Amino acid sequence: MARIVVVTSGKGGVGKTTTSAALAAGLAKAGYKTVVVDFDVGLRNLDLIMGCERRVVYDFVNVINGEANLNQALIRDKRVEGLEILPASQTRDKDALTFEGVQSVLEGLAENHDYIICDSPAGIERGAHLAMYFADDAIVVTNPEVSSVRDSDRVLGLLASKTRRAEQGDAPVAEHLVVTRYAPSRVGKGEMLSVEDICEILSIELLGVVPESNAVLNASNAGVPVILEDGTDAGQAYDDLVARYLGEARPQRFLNEKKGLLGRIFKG
Amino acid sequence: MGFLDYFRSQQKKRTASMAKDRLQVIVARERSHRDGPDYLPALQSDILEVIRRYIEVEDDAVRIQVEREGDCEVLELNVTLPEES
Repeated sequence: MARIVVVTSGKGGVGKTTTSAALAAGLAKAGYKTVVVDFDVGLRNLDLIMGCERRVVYDFVNVINGEANLNQALIRDKRVEGLEILPASQTRDKDALTFEGVQSVLEGLAENHDYIICDSPAGIERGAHLAMYFADDAIVVTNPEVSSVRDSDRVLGLLASKTRRAEQGDAPVAEHLVVTRYAPSRVGKGEMLSVEDICEILSIELLGVVPESNAVLNASNAGVPVILEDGTDAGQAYDDLVARYLGEARPQRFLNEKKGLLGRIFKG
Repeated sequence: MGFLDYFRSQQKKRTASMAKDRLQVIVARERSHRDGPDYLPALQSDILEVIRRYIEVEDDAVRIQVEREGDCEVLELNVTLPEES
């Protein structure tokens, strides 16, 4: 039975696609058959982040409309065994994703995958709703910034009411917080919300913290999920996060800034 | 706390704590509306309009929420009147 995971946030630009790509690549690296699905119809971007934009022939909407089958539309990742991508369509028709269509595609994917990662579009419109509707788990991506935290709270409300699990009275969608673009030095100066503050406001369990890092832009420039860049801080943060998601206990490594000699003397 | 922090803290207000305080207020308010019926925001602004025919009150003077107590639902309405000056 496949587990369906939605990566969501409400606000745009906080790192949903980066997190989806890293999570999917990490799960596949750990030996699970994983597919990552781009729900952002009209604004396809997961393909670029995964580095497979030139291999897109058919997309999610083609499969829904019966113009292609799943095997024709799925793109197999060349770096990680067991990782596949289902790209979004670039159509401007915002009704292209239908409830029944999404349901049947997810059922088809569930037959031969362990994890289905749904990369939600920003906002709370149809695409975002359908991305979360069938989810078992939710990864809520938040920046340490007021508008992002507020939007995340809104999304948590929707996860608790507008999902299949909520409507059928099943166990609720398991919610996990991922804080990205975290700058411990600014938190130390009282200029940025701390992870503790965010967890307290949202009352949700923390899965991982990804530090503000040059590695994220570098990886997206190259079309490589940042988790595959093992030498980088963001790559390691995502690696820890995936391990924790799979049940391993790993300490948070990026909550404090690395202090130089001078910093140690002056800050004690 | 290092001795440099002493000078830093004198320079400007810590904005992170402002962010936290503001978020706690707005999130609590939005959550209280979330579980209620869809007409609550409209009802709230109508009530505010009626009150304003008689007294000048702030935009956030009317607080409205639905509490569930067993089988019944209680509509709770709080109106903050301005202080007499």
